[in-house]
Amino acid sequence: MSKEYKSVEEIISDLPAIREVCVSLRETLLANLVMLGEIPAPTFKEEARVNFLMQRFSECGLTNTSSDECGNGLGIVPGKDRTRNILVMAHADTVFSERRDHTVSVHAERISGPGIADNSLGLAVLATLPTMLEKLGIELNSGLVLMGAARSLGRGDLEGPRFFLENNKLPLTSGICVEGVKLGRLSYASAGMLRGEISCRVPEEYDWIRRGATGAILVMNEVINRILGIALPRKPQTSIVLGSVEAGTGFNIIPTEATLRFEVRSESSEIVERISGELEDIIEDVTSQTGSEVTLDVVARREVAGLGIGHPLVKQTREIMSALDLRPHITPSISELSALIASDVPAVTLGITEGEHLHEQRETVKIDPIFTGLTQLIAVLLAIDGGFCDESE
Amino acid sequence: MNLNEWISKNTFHHAQFWDIKQLIEDKEKQGLTISLCLPTLNEEKTIGKEIILFKSELMDRYPLLDEIAVIDSGSTDQTREIAAAYGADVYLSADILPQYGEKKGKGENLWKAVYQLKGDIICYVDADIANIHPRFAYGLIAPLIYNEPMKYVKAFYDRPLAFSQGIRPSGGGRVTEILVRPLFSLFFPDLTGLIQPLSGEYAVRREVLESIPFPIGYGVETSHILDVYKKWGMEAFGQTDLDQRVHRNQSTLSLGKMAFGILRAFLARAKDMGVDVDMNKLSSIMRQFQAQDEKYQQVEHEIVEEERPPMITLPEYREKFGRD
Repeated sequence: MSKEYKSVEEIISDLPAIREVCVSLRETLLANLVMLGEIPAPTFKEEARVNFLMQRFSECGLTNTSSDECGNGLGIVPGKDRTRNILVMAHADTVFSERRDHTVSVHAERISGPGIADNSLGLAVLATLPTMLEKLGIELNSGLVLMGAARSLGRGDLEGPRFFLENNKLPLTSGICVEGVKLGRLSYASAGMLRGEISCRVPEEYDWIRRGATGAILVMNEVINRILGIALPRKPQTSIVLGSVEAGTGFNIIPTEATLRFEVRSESSEIVERISGELEDIIEDVTSQTGSEVTLDVVARREVAGLGIGHPLVKQTREIMSALDLRPHITPSISELSALIASDVPAVTLGITEGEHLHEQRETVKIDPIFTGLTQLIAVLLAIDGGFCDESE
Repeated sequence: MNLNEWISKNTFHHAQFWDIKQLIEDKEKQGLTISLCLPTLNEEKTIGKEIILFKSELMDRYPLLDEIAVIDSGSTDQTREIAAAYGADVYLSADILPQYGEKKGKGENLWKAVYQLKGDIICYVDADIANIHPRFAYGLIAPLIYNEPMKYVKAFYDRPLAFSQGIRPSGGGRVTEILVRPLFSLFFPDLTGLIQPLSGEYAVRREVLESIPFPIGYGVETSHILDVYKKWGMEAFGQTDLDQRVHRNQSTLSLGKMAFGILRAFLARAKDMGVDVDMNKLSSIMRQFQAQDEKYQQVEHEIVEEERPPMITLPEYREKFGRD
């Protein structure tokens, strides 16, 4: 199939043949998924998983593989045109601690295990992509930069992707971020976001009788009630996710510390900024009312930015998805895509398959839709490589 | 050779064999074929993962294995369907050499595999391993490829989850340490060099498998070890540390039955090897207890340890593999 595509329509006419090759590599992909999925990789501890990924790159015959100071794992398939490079990226970290049992189970139609969807599958796709291209006989004009990104989630705050993009010397034409789920996902803009941690400490000599209160949990409860009182507009879409609360150690021990982790997301940077101001007011107010120490630690921020729906990369991706009977689910991203957009690299995020129980021990992905997801990815790659996704000068 | 010398020379760690390309070169030079046999009975939860890993890593990526076969005892779950869907050759044990009847037990599947599979080396791996990895096959096959006199390589597992001091206890499971090692220590001290004689993973040359009998039940591993020791001596054995193995834990009562079967297999061979026992006078009934409220009741299990003869004695086998 080593041919020069003259249009996206030509690529689309080859979709069934591409899918067939993807299916023929099912065991290779699933073996990579199992082996990557069984290596724990909480944020900041991705080294073993990234090393395995690089070993896979080397075994595929990639001569240029390396890891950088930030722990990202890279493999480069050189192209004929040195001025064009496509970055395909998947985050290597997961939300699961290394103490969690990472055994992966393979069933007839699905695979399950912690982190299998987010994002062991994305990483397994990267590990298998060189073999797929080789079997398809595809030699890209552009260089293909495959990257397992470290320190992406939570407190990692995209440190890995940012580090690479700030220090990379290769001219990048476009980027594709690969997420295990969900097939049909199409992100081409990043949402505004503020991710933070509110900590509350009550002094140990606190006068319990005076307040009638019982420690840090009640103070945090007051903070939460106030947050729930913040008015959120329906348009632009805005939400506040209260992600986790930690406090206390037993039945009758008065807690002196409590922590709340939250994330504000909005299609508008101004609204994120307004909510940020309101949060600070709440904290000041609760501090003065209760005499406890309440602090806000901002862990990550994103600005609203991205491609327009009419950008050729978005347009061609939608064409390809439509040819595969996929209805694009357009959603703004706060993950690696934001780092690419901030570096002025046109990029999209694509999902590979359907899944369920995300971020639970029994996280599961369906096997059959994976091949449609892979076909979509390879077709978008070919469209970028053919120059069909370039913006006109 | 004393036992410590044997242990240091014939004991390996799978990491020594990381260079699979080299392994395949040596395999091809010797013109060897290698079969992987997974004996199964209702293993739908783990079989798919085992086949995916072995097929992808040791067939498609590195062609170390020439066939992957599941020999099934008649699973009532999806074991055979899943195994076939992921590309293994699937056989129902009862369909192989049907003229010799069907007996229930893992040893039966292992014995029939000798007839059904084509490899010069057969590597047996249990199908219930949760943390399966390609090392479970290449770690056992490699010593046979690199050491011509070696004929039978067993797995052992020795990676403690947490241990703070320099010296730590090492060895096998409960049945090994309470029954088999004391027996070997008493009668065949050389065999105590095997760290986990009962492990279900081993790679063996065909010339050995075709010429030893197979008890169909619990005693198959013990009897193999005694038969190989008698015929070829300690030099025929190797053992490889495969790190950790995660699998189902068996109840003490199940282990009691296993110990009984092993003891019968041991005693059946002991006379030939210089230990005087009259098998006809030994009971084949294993008695265990169960209780309800204050009432205790004995439960009897008949454990006969039927045996399949050396495969080479079957005319069908001699014809199939051209043995005169």
